Amino acid sequence: MIDLAIIGAGPAGMAAAAEAAGRGLSVCVLDEQARPGGQIYRDVDRAAGTLGAILGPDYAHGATLSGALRDSAARHVTGAVVWAIETDDAGFTVNYTRDGASAQIRAGRILLATGALERPMPLPGWTLPGVMTAGAAQILLKQSGIVADRAVLVGSGPLLYLIAAQMVRAGTPPLALVETPARGDFAGALRHLGGALRGWRYLMKGAGLLAAIRRAGVPRYRAATEIYIEGMDRATAVRFRAGGQDHRIGCDTVLLHQGVVPNTQAARSIGVPHLWDDQQRCFSPVVDTWGGTAVPGVFLAGDGAGIGGAKLAEVAGRITALAIAAEAGWITPAERDRDAAPLMAARRAEGAVRPFLDAAYPPAAAPIADDTIVCRCEEVTAGAIRGYAKLGCTGPNQAKAFGRAGMGPCQGRYCGLTVTALLAEATGQTEDETGYYRIRPPLKPVTLAELAAMDAPHKDAAE
Amino acid sequence: MKPAFHEIDPAPVRVAVRFDGQELLLPEGANLAASLLAAGIVSLRDTPVSGAPRAPFCMMGTCFDCLVQIDGVTRQACMTEVAEGMEITRPTREAADD
Amino acid sequence: MGTDYVIIGGGVVGLSVAWGLLKRGHTVTVLDGDDGSFRASRGNFGLVWVQSKGMKQPRYAQWSQTSAAAWADYAAELQDATGHDLGLEQRGGYDLHFSEETLQETVDQYEVLKAKLGGDYPYEVLGHNALRKEEPHIGPKVVGAILHHQDGHANPLRLLLALADDVRRMGGRVLTGKTVTDVSKPDGFRVTCADGTIVEGGKVVLSAGLGAMQLGPKLGFRAPIRPQRGQVLITEKLPKIINRPSLIARQVDEGGIQIGATNEEVGLDDSVTQTGLSGLAAEAIAAYPILGRAQLVRSWGALRVLSPDGLPIYQQSAEMPGAYLVTCHSGITLSAAHARLLPDWLDGTAAAPDLEVFSEARFS
Repeated sequence: MIDLAIIGAGPAGMAAAAEAAGRGLSVCVLDEQARPGGQIYRDVDRAAGTLGAILGPDYAHGATLSGALRDSAARHVTGAVVWAIETDDAGFTVNYTRDGASAQIRAGRILLATGALERPMPLPGWTLPGVMTAGAAQILLKQSGIVADRAVLVGSGPLLYLIAAQMVRAGTPPLALVETPARGDFAGALRHLGGALRGWRYLMKGAGLLAAIRRAGVPRYRAATEIYIEGMDRATAVRFRAGGQDHRIGCDTVLLHQGVVPNTQAARSIGVPHLWDDQQRCFSPVVDTWGGTAVPGVFLAGDGAGIGGAKLAEVAGRITALAIAAEAGWITPAERDRDAAPLMAARRAEGAVRPFLDAAYPPAAAPIADDTIVCRCEEVTAGAIRGYAKLGCTGPNQAKAFGRAGMGPCQGRYCGLTVTALLAEATGQTEDETGYYRIRPPLKPVTLAELAAMDAPHKDAAE
Repeated sequence: MKPAFHEIDPAPVRVAVRFDGQELLLPEGANLAASLLAAGIVSLRDTPVSGAPRAPFCMMGTCFDCLVQIDGVTRQACMTEVAEGMEITRPTREAADD
Repeated sequence: MGTDYVIIGGGVVGLSVAWGLLKRGHTVTVLDGDDGSFRASRGNFGLVWVQSKGMKQPRYAQWSQTSAAAWADYAAELQDATGHDLGLEQRGGYDLHFSEETLQETVDQYEVLKAKLGGDYPYEVLGHNALRKEEPHIGPKVVGAILHHQDGHANPLRLLLALADDVRRMGGRVLTGKTVTDVSKPDGFRVTCADGTIVEGGKVVLSAGLGAMQLGPKLGFRAPIRPQRGQVLITEKLPKIINRPSLIARQVDEGGIQIGATNEEVGLDDSVTQTGLSGLAAEAIAAYPILGRAQLVRSWGALRVLSPDGLPIYQQSAEMPGAYLVTCHSGITLSAAHARLLPDWLDGTAAAPDLEVFSEARFS
């Protein structure tokens, strides 16, 4: 039995692991990837040279975190796919698979640092080959040094500018930037900036990216509506309306983005309560200042606890590690408070920009057309979900039973928020009243052989 | 047709794999989904529901659109590393032989 | 404004009864729970099953046979009305055995039951080789199977959807998100919900699954039912692997392999456990080794609604005449009987089926 199991080796997980191990706790980090970094610092230890120059210094900062993790006493299990977390009186059992074999670890406490997912952006044609998330394009660049040749970026949010700028630096500018926020969104959002210096820096950085994009001659369309992706067997063009005109841009790749949302699967599976966050337009787990939850021994840090970005995740990881160390008796509450004080201040400063970002880059407001697929796995349309509402479905679990949305291998990760929104809209209930899918194991698919290997008589062999 | 993606610095060490019967030379140890895209593969599978083609979407192991079969087991291409001699097939709805 | 009937419970049992009553021209109100209610209708295995039922009570075996025989016509009617394919297949089903002893013991019991049923119990025993001809993927550990020709399976979720659709289409009034807190009978029935909704009706059917544990006594029933957890697995969609269903696994019409189920006395806890899932996976692989390579995509725990002897309860309240308790474990199998035959019993017509052995008198 170890003191702490951390799920996820992104900024929050890496920072928390190094901090907790440094305080004396026995720590194990489980992460699906072969190397630390999470998605934001994906493969940060390998992406040097040309790629480093394209990706920029914010990305390179991740190497300090992966270095600290490596230098710490924390054990890092790579390629570990966690499929179930179970609780009992003594602590937690984390079930995972690695290279086709099953394994378990037991821990007194767990920290979920499972990060974010792209907010689903259901549009006509978004399931076609050639359509990806903007985050996927970044991962292709970071991990594989691969860039799309004829791409159109579509959606909302500063990540679009970052990717566009990186593509410009890579010598392959996108064909166009198609943005959905209405003209008033940005102006209205400025009032949220107030005196937050870091917020203005953020804004300046965004302006710098936009200037680079403009210099590269990338056309930018704003307040785009009626967006759909054309193509039979693959995406061939993006069509939309902007500036009072219809546009069609032929392309091979469409990169969608309208912000990121917490990946709540693991937290939900062990009963951490979640509430609708109206500012971020998503469900977030209910956590206290320290990342503690209503489930004893379960902590959350990073974007999985509410979107704040990489820098904030790093700070939050350390704060939560201190809280866990204190709860486990490795440091005193006074030491915790003393060491957390500067981190809390840094978190407040980092967090000051969020209200601006959330207001400036809202998800697209247009209603989803009835024939648009919302559940990619089971190919369930928005119209079908609206129909289930008429058949008395007040929440997504009955709708799932009626029409299979959320039953596929992605476990509702890319339809859950949409289905809740569609049902809430149809029934007039709030998102909290409507609720979310009940998340159960397996958090990720697992083969029956891997499962069966954990059957009681053979349990020792798997350890 | 020409691939929709290109490698900024093409990897020098490449190994032979087969995708859907077609031999491809991919960078050893690289992300399989990324390498297939750079090799010009457009779709990795057809859905079991409607038969629609699908390709990598999230590249982070969460959307399950890049499913392929390797040694008869369904795997996420974006969570798999290229290995020499890898036999990759599209997940099929036809009955298995064995 | 009241309806002829108020049905408490909008799962498969309640909706089947409501559908049958609407077909008879009655006006019906169905009160259904919320999105998070315990719902056996969302978690069951989907078998339309005869074998092994009523080993100690031939009338239950017969009642299951009656329902199974009525299913095809019932499914076709629902399908025609709603366009939802219920995925019904009644080409027989297996009880798979891993030992000659258990196989023979079961056959001996079936012979006794068959005699009591006047010979109407069409089953055959398949040895391993004969079974392998029918099920090429069967594993070497399976010594044989009992193939019962009255068995089959359907898509239980599409049955639920079709009933929810057709009950509304026929004018049934369905109120969702309702928790019934009280039932009184000042003159007609008055059913009160937690949100203040009051519904009136001439008769009341309590088909609230485990909800009857609390509500039953208020209506004068003993309602001696308890939850029993069953954990169920479902794999990714696969090519055809399993021909006929068994109690261990079936291939659903969408392609996934459904694997069941545990029998656990854990109260109102519907979670899944690693040990439960692993045990089921091991048994499924023993039956069909090829499944070892299949990816599990979902699992769930659902609570069976069980009476002490496992049989349904059909009882009119002595304290509140006009109130009926309808509860059973096999809501899918019995859906056709509930839709086609229970209305006569509820209406008290001459054609009412004899349900005496299913009354609560057996518990006194």
